[in-house]
Amino acid sequence: MPLPDAEALLAALTEQMRPAVSSETRLVGIHTGGVWLAERLHRSLGLSQPLGTIDVSFYRDDYDSRGLHPRVKPSEIPFEITDADVILVDDVLFTGRTIRAALNELFDYGRPRRVRLAALVDRGGREMPIAAQFVGAQIDVRDNEQIELKKAVDGRLSLVVNPAPGTH
Amino acid sequence: MAYNPQLNANGELQHLLTIEGLPREIIVGILDTAHSFLSVAEREIKKVPLLRGKSIFNLFFESSTRTRTTFEIAAKRLSADVINLNVGTSSQSKGETLLDTVANLSAMHADMFVVRHAQSGAAHLIARHVAPYIHVINAGDGRHAHPTQGLLDMFTIRHYKKEFSNLRVAVVGDVLHSRVARSQIHALTALGVPEVRVVGPRTLLPTNVSELGVHVYHDMAQGLKDVDVVIMLRLQNERMNGALLPSAQEFFKYYGLTPEKLALANPGAIVMHPGPMNRGVEIDSSVADGRQSVILPQVTFGIAVRMAVMSILAGNA
Repeated sequence: MPLPDAEALLAALTEQMRPAVSSETRLVGIHTGGVWLAERLHRSLGLSQPLGTIDVSFYRDDYDSRGLHPRVKPSEIPFEITDADVILVDDVLFTGRTIRAALNELFDYGRPRRVRLAALVDRGGREMPIAAQFVGAQIDVRDNEQIELKKAVDGRLSLVVNPAPGTH
Repeated sequence: MAYNPQLNANGELQHLLTIEGLPREIIVGILDTAHSFLSVAEREIKKVPLLRGKSIFNLFFESSTRTRTTFEIAAKRLSADVINLNVGTSSQSKGETLLDTVANLSAMHADMFVVRHAQSGAAHLIARHVAPYIHVINAGDGRHAHPTQGLLDMFTIRHYKKEFSNLRVAVVGDVLHSRVARSQIHALTALGVPEVRVVGPRTLLPTNVSELGVHVYHDMAQGLKDVDVVIMLRLQNERMNGALLPSAQEFFKYYGLTPEKLALANPGAIVMHPGPMNRGVEIDSSVADGRQSVILPQVTFGIAVRMAVMSILAGNA
């Protein structure tokens, strides 16, 4: 199945979110693809509040089996989380485990008033009771495949399908 | 690659015993991870859940305040349970051997040992005898190594100077007795610092020090000229047997870091010291508290670096 164009999905996602955001909305992108998307959404939605970024490596539930991710990036939340209206942004929503980790990390910064989730792609396969409020597209891929967001040097986003790590 | 007791079969860090022979990528990986841990200390809740349920034993056979405390804080910020043992006052004084002490603590389900010992090689000995799931961190063994101090010093240099490839670094003072100096020299070399100098009196420099690839100076004016980083070492009176020095006053006159001597370094040079400082012996108070001093940031960075080491080790099964 050909993958949809990431730029078209992002445009659709932006229009879905536009009526639901206000000047108080805070975007928090999840490294790495979610940060690229959050930066683009932040600009196109004209949000004035600073953008947050989060790397969930310190909160992952597979640390015991897989160890620490070798290229952890710093999380930066340059605003007060307590009472904030937050939208988490991720590229691909799959098991829901990354979002679980991101929520836990977010709560170590404070108690947000509301947290919603925006994902460019929902590929199903949830293992947690987690749903996105804003989705660019639902895509079916095989269990042994993973969808990845890529960013070209000119900033253009695209989706690719790879064999999932550990499967052959 | 040559056999390295610190690495597991996959080439990952299993124990941290010394910086000597550590691949550059592993050192850089620790510094990068530490960078991400820095922001944890600025949050409302200064903890991450990585090491929840793990038991870390601080095994200090030699006294230390700063190192033991920063290891304890690092472990607690990773949500581990920390047990502090000052072994000088416990079973060892009743005659128990080092390995028996460790075997008993392992039977209490230890996951990691942080070891400081006056004997060089103590942490290596423990690492060779523990079960494969237990990790060992050397927190200073005799005159041999103090790898987390060396790493936090590299983190500090990178924080202020960004690059290693264009630096002149001077390590000044009692190099002979300093495990810190040895760890620093190995780390600076591994990270590609083009010019590492050691500066000190002949009696306090190891005779074979130039074999480590450093430039040797006995005169401060020459040794500090145009350097970007000045690392002062503590004069280790407790490790000296015999008269290596006329007096502390005389040492200060020739090798103590004063504003006048520091003026010979690059104007943007930073001053570091692993602590504890002997003010008026190796460093003047006006330098220790001055604009170029990064001695207290070193302590703060030390927590993030130790969090990085612990979380990388515990994740490498």
